[in-house]
Amino acid sequence: MNAPPLLAVQGLTRRFGGLVAVDGLDLTVFKGEIIGLLGPNGSGKTTALNLISGALKPDAGTVALRGDFIQGLAPFRIARRGVARTFQLVRVLGSMTCRENVLAGLAFGTRNDWGVRADANADDLLQRVGLVGRGGVMTAELTYIDQKRLELARALALRPDLLLLDEWLAGLNPTELLQGIELVRSLRGDGIAILMVEHVMDAIRSLCDRCVVMNAGRRIAEGTPSAVLADPEVIRAYLGDEDA
Amino acid sequence: MTLPLPVKIVGAAVAVAMLACVPLVADGYRLSLAIGLLNYTVLATAWALFSGPTRYVSLATVAFFGIGVYTVAVLGEVLAWPLVLLIALGIGVVLALIIGLSTLRLSGVYFVIFTFGLAELVRQLVTWFEVNKTRTLGRYVFVDITTDQIYWQLLALAVMVFAAGLLIRRSRLGLALRVIGDDETVARHVGINVTAAKVALFMLSAAFMTLCGAVMAPRWSYIDPAIAFNPVTSFQVLIMALLGGVHRLYGPVLGVVPLTLLFEFLLANFPNHFSILIGIAFMLIVYAIPNGIAGLAEKLWARVKGARP
Repeated sequence: MNAPPLLAVQGLTRRFGGLVAVDGLDLTVFKGEIIGLLGPNGSGKTTALNLISGALKPDAGTVALRGDFIQGLAPFRIARRGVARTFQLVRVLGSMTCRENVLAGLAFGTRNDWGVRADANADDLLQRVGLVGRGGVMTAELTYIDQKRLELARALALRPDLLLLDEWLAGLNPTELLQGIELVRSLRGDGIAILMVEHVMDAIRSLCDRCVVMNAGRRIAEGTPSAVLADPEVIRAYLGDEDA
Repeated sequence: MTLPLPVKIVGAAVAVAMLACVPLVADGYRLSLAIGLLNYTVLATAWALFSGPTRYVSLATVAFFGIGVYTVAVLGEVLAWPLVLLIALGIGVVLALIIGLSTLRLSGVYFVIFTFGLAELVRQLVTWFEVNKTRTLGRYVFVDITTDQIYWQLLALAVMVFAAGLLIRRSRLGLALRVIGDDETVARHVGINVTAAKVALFMLSAAFMTLCGAVMAPRWSYIDPAIAFNPVTSFQVLIMALLGGVHRLYGPVLGVVPLTLLFEFLLANFPNHFSILIGIAFMLIVYAIPNGIAGLAEKLWARVKGARP
């Protein structure tokens, strides 16, 4: 493996006042991998995603995409380099139709798609996430899962090499969860690497190649899902000392 | 409501041609009223071009308008008219670029206050310069421009501001602005350079306001900073655009027509109570029709359509 990893995070640190939300985090993602980012609430997972996507600037550390440093760049520049994301609280564009939401991803990202071809691509992406024929529907009329699907379609419209999913599978019912897991799995077939913050253990076990577990901003474990979930330090982080 | 494009273009051309005939038939008073209507149409539409999609409320309208007026007052006698317009345009756009880059990071009420302060600052600077350097506060505007020509130039500006609005709406910039208006965080993360989009639009809007001021300058034979940079202009433009509705390109015009007539009536009949009366009008509009006349009309239209089987 001479090629540099798709994403290499080293010593990433971000403080909010006295609180060190992310503290010297190291993380690598290779092309086509699905990596789980786990940890109890408040352990810095979402902050880590925000640092990678450019929503926040790190106080220290580096983020390299295909070997190029991207830490501290504006979010739109990072997006144009092929890093797409979804949000912990789903964000769809409320005054627009589903197709227009996806067009927003197509028009400004890595593709610069516009016009008739973009419309066709948008419909393809809607079909991909299970919103076939819903292009003209206003986003306000969508159910929660469909909003999540739409958000994913918009992220995929950037044709990303790296997709950051922030609890994309949270809040789904069991049937929807199975559909969601299949959808995420199918993305790997396209060569997209995924870094997912997730609490749904079934999804982590069935999807992730590796997991990184954070606690209080630090990485406390890394390995296969079954190995890290059996790690005493991980159990202690989630449940406290007595159960370890 | 959905006419084919050629029909729309022909319709618009006929309307513009008819409007172009107004100076041939109207008497002095009616022509001056028509000029007022066109002046506010250009200003309010240009205002909504930027403030509609971005939801930034700007009170800097008169800063740009006044710069246009002053450019003509200073250079109108010495340079050819097209050159004067070009210079006014250049100053307005450069100022908008500087303001845009330095202030569009502000949001909400801070931006409103800053733009209001900016217009006052420009007025004070011009006043200071005139008093201390040129040693005179007022200026006479000597240019060979007739009232008819002012009307036609304003009409051309109005056509241009509408054309610009239509082109933007169909462009990627238009989509970018709608995304920004809906959710700026999403905009940044789908690859939109939010600052560049806002600044570009602010400059375009300012360009029309500056040109409008330059074209209007010969209406006054005498100007001073208090006339050219009168803050009431900014507020009137804001009220008109809000009354008409800023989410549609044709919205502001729907506010310009009734309010220009109302202000004309108030100024003629209640000159001493003018300020308090437009204040009341402002409050009523914001409370009663937050989406403007355009929004109200669409709601009624939807109801009429919904009532049918």
